[in-house]
Amino acid sequence: MAGASKAVADSRANLPFVYRQYSAEQLKQVLYKMYLIRRFEEGAEESYTRGLIHGTMHLSIGQEASAMGICMPLGEDDQITSTHRGHGHCIAKGAEVKRMFAEFFGKTTGYCKGRGGSMHIADVAKGNLGANGIVGGGIPIAVGAALSSKMMKTGKVVVSFFGDGANNEGAFHEALNMAAVWKLPVIFVCENNGYGMSTSTARSTAVKNIADRAAAYSMPGVIVNGNIFSEVAEASYKAVERARAGEGPTLIESKTYRHRGHSKSDRNRYRTKEEIEDWMSNRDPITLFENELREFGFIDDKGIEAIREAVAREIADGIEFAKTSPSPDVSETGNYVYTEQA
Amino acid sequence: MDAMVRELSYAQAIQEAMAIAMDMDERVFLMGEDIGVYGGAFQVTGDLVERYGTDRVLDTPISELGGAGVAVGAAVTGMRPIFEFQFSDFATLAMEQIVNQAAKMRFMLGGEVSVPVVMRFPAGSGTGAAAQHSQSLEAWLGHVPGLKVIQPATPYDAKGMLLAAVADPDPVMIFEHKLLYKAKGPVPEGYYTVPIGKADIRREGRDLTIVATSIMVQKALDAAATLEAEGIDVEVVDLRTIRPMDKQTVIDSVKKTSRLMCVYEAVKTLGIGAEVSAMIAESEAFDYLDAPIVRLGGAETPIPYNPELEKATVPQVPDIITAARDLVKGVR
Repeated sequence: MAGASKAVADSRANLPFVYRQYSAEQLKQVLYKMYLIRRFEEGAEESYTRGLIHGTMHLSIGQEASAMGICMPLGEDDQITSTHRGHGHCIAKGAEVKRMFAEFFGKTTGYCKGRGGSMHIADVAKGNLGANGIVGGGIPIAVGAALSSKMMKTGKVVVSFFGDGANNEGAFHEALNMAAVWKLPVIFVCENNGYGMSTSTARSTAVKNIADRAAAYSMPGVIVNGNIFSEVAEASYKAVERARAGEGPTLIESKTYRHRGHSKSDRNRYRTKEEIEDWMSNRDPITLFENELREFGFIDDKGIEAIREAVAREIADGIEFAKTSPSPDVSETGNYVYTEQA
Repeated sequence: MDAMVRELSYAQAIQEAMAIAMDMDERVFLMGEDIGVYGGAFQVTGDLVERYGTDRVLDTPISELGGAGVAVGAAVTGMRPIFEFQFSDFATLAMEQIVNQAAKMRFMLGGEVSVPVVMRFPAGSGTGAAAQHSQSLEAWLGHVPGLKVIQPATPYDAKGMLLAAVADPDPVMIFEHKLLYKAKGPVPEGYYTVPIGKADIRREGRDLTIVATSIMVQKALDAAATLEAEGIDVEVVDLRTIRPMDKQTVIDSVKKTSRLMCVYEAVKTLGIGAEVSAMIAESEAFDYLDAPIVRLGGAETPIPYNPELEKATVPQVPDIITAARDLVKGVR
């Protein structure tokens, strides 16, 4: 991705990382995508409430800066594994919302042709190897993808997203250890939103910071404010550089918060209204990024309004696309269990 | 010209197949615990590390879950891993990756990926390794759509089916009975495959069909030789693949012999014998049956340490002879 020119970079010398590294156009695109994630999830939630989507879903509203920041330095060939709370990762890695909506609506035009739904949303062409319904399930798979990168010398970097809950799964520990032993180009990104379903990290996790666990696997452990896009993107950029240089993995702990409950069954009995209100009012990642962009002169109110309108149109078009797409035929239930061979 | 045929052990046949696969395709690599300089717990990988190096014969930490996941991730992204479990019992540590990920990934992603991973499981009792190193868990994995599960019974099949597994775009689980590793048999040089999903009639007969798996195939053949002297003509069907099962070969055999016995080492209840029996009961072969179906399977216990108890836990040749004789003579 072409970044800011030298002259522009000099004029931004005292600004945070992303404002030195990326062009105004790129940064506005980030804001666009953060809104796209937010509105996509709001649209999915509304469609669920109206009975257009069944099952359940796990919303990442409030975690948009984390998804966008981590994916910012990745190229299209780089790969990610994602989680049950993976809509933001999918959009950040380049997916089209219309095909995501179509998947949620169970349609053939969806990314998984209606077989996966929210919890298995993927976009393999753009490097998203898939969300995962099993906590920690994607972490060893990401290490395997990184092993492929090393063996095939493709130069690809792999990011494994997971939540704070996953850091107490055995898969996390086994995967981090192997990645470190083999110096693989993989970045472990723990989006710590404070709760594994209802259980707080304080009650579930023996270390204060999940990044502290990096020491056990001889890799850098980096803590960032996951609601500040620039902080996340800078940490990701450094980890990607390290991975591409063959120096091995990094564990990034992105401290953030989900505004919504764990899933649609959540009665929110484990956190206070005040706590939620505080995160929504004072630490919303979109508001924080928007304020910085405005303050540093990258965008004005008119520009922000234009982005919001464009996002609203893309969301409305996406939902319409999903609604009008065909459903799979029941006779095709057995498809894709095995690879069809000529 | 036919390839040169030699006598190789089952373990040598597998090793040769892996070497051929690596020679033919640079995407193929081996991973597992102590498969490098140690040569594998059963010396199946042997000295392959000297020929192919530590990158392609990759020792993993003792991390079955993580290792299985790494194999799945590598397979999805273009490699062709062959992952050795040190003992099939350790599949229990990796069930998440095998059952939730490897088996379902293609389906969940609407056909956007394939998972061409091969996993090898040294299985079965008879080595005095007791309850946690002697199980036969193939039916567990046979229950999962998305997996293919095979149990080669001869060196010839071990090589040909492994090469078929490596060429297969989907996850193939190979259960290798540990007592077979030293069994010898004719194996052609070079590349050949034995198809997955095709049973083999190892002995033709008129009076009784024995459907056997893995090491029970040889035991059934030994029993059949004794029964022949008594005038009982046994047909032995080596199932070879338990998912997808070759139903037609079994149905045709039962229609010919009118009697069915299933012999397998795994715990009898809810096992392969139940599946084969039910499949026949649902098929046109049901009308041909002259006697109730008999299952000979493992005892409803963990595998014991004591050698006499251990033997008593799984079907032996005399058990098969007695059961077959009773079945043919109508003794209940």
